[in-house]
Amino acid sequence: MIIGLPHFLVVAALLFTIGVFGIFVNRRNIIVILMAIELMLLAVNINFVAFSTYQNNMVGQIFTMIILTVAAAEAAIGLAILVVYFRNRGDIEVEHANMMKG
Amino acid sequence: MATGGKRKSPPTWPPIQNTGDIMIASLLFYLFSAVMLTSAVMVIAARNPVHAVLFLILAFFNAAGLFLLMGAEFLAFILVIVYVGAVAVLFLFVVMMLDINFRAMRQGFQRYLPVGGAVALVLLSQLVLVTSAWVVNPNALSTTTSQTTGLVENTRAIGRVLYTDYFYPFQVSGLILLVAMVGAIVLTLRDRKDSLRQKVSQQLNRPIADILEIKKVVSGQGVDL
Repeated sequence: MIIGLPHFLVVAALLFTIGVFGIFVNRRNIIVILMAIELMLLAVNINFVAFSTYQNNMVGQIFTMIILTVAAAEAAIGLAILVVYFRNRGDIEVEHANMMKG
Repeated sequence: MATGGKRKSPPTWPPIQNTGDIMIASLLFYLFSAVMLTSAVMVIAARNPVHAVLFLILAFFNAAGLFLLMGAEFLAFILVIVYVGAVAVLFLFVVMMLDINFRAMRQGFQRYLPVGGAVALVLLSQLVLVTSAWVVNPNALSTTTSQTTGLVENTRAIGRVLYTDYFYPFQVSGLILLVAMVGAIVLTLRDRKDSLRQKVSQQLNRPIADILEIKKVVSGQGVDL
């Protein structure tokens, strides 16, 4: 019952699938969509670190740090847009977000 | 690295070598994975979004545990500090600050369940197929750049690579954070109409008739203002 690389890859695949499923079933709630995107990025990070340890190669962990940076920036910008949208509309229904439609 | 200086090349997986430690590491792997996946399901299924954010924090803690099992200690603690300390708190702030009717948002849950489940099932089966039917060319392992020797600890090994070969990506990630910060401030900064702010240009451009009036003072009678 030794834990190998495939174990971590399968866990990451499960986590990524949960994230995709969350985007599908919570289509109206953009906060949960943002959290599901965070889960998908976490799955990608687990893959990167697993391969990094498997190959004794530090580059995977460097890339994980860069992904963490981008994920934090994305969450901050997404929530800022959400706050502005709520201030203008009074709700966060993404299905009604067609104000800019030409 | 988990075994410290005892580790030798060729690369070994998992990072833990001792037989008793392997048992504990396996148990910890299943514990962390089970809790992480369960809390991830709760993130997307929780009725209360505050609970969803708290389950997201739990998922990140357990992912940090998985990182520790893989020997990436620095990233594990960065994950806890950055995600739990910053991003999850940001989510909590926004969820609690906005007055949203979350019950109305869950109306589409049943409707999108079949198609979402189908897509998730197909995606999962493909991912598992890819991860199981897959081997590494043994020659590929020897050609990797930035090899770790196992003689330095994880943080030092990351620093050695990050500040030399990946210095420009490191700087660019700092720039990304700066742009995100400026963008978030610009988006949410509100110019209130009733704020008492000094407008220097208006003050300097006032016509002189508005501010200065010359009166002729007759001696002994004073001025009628």
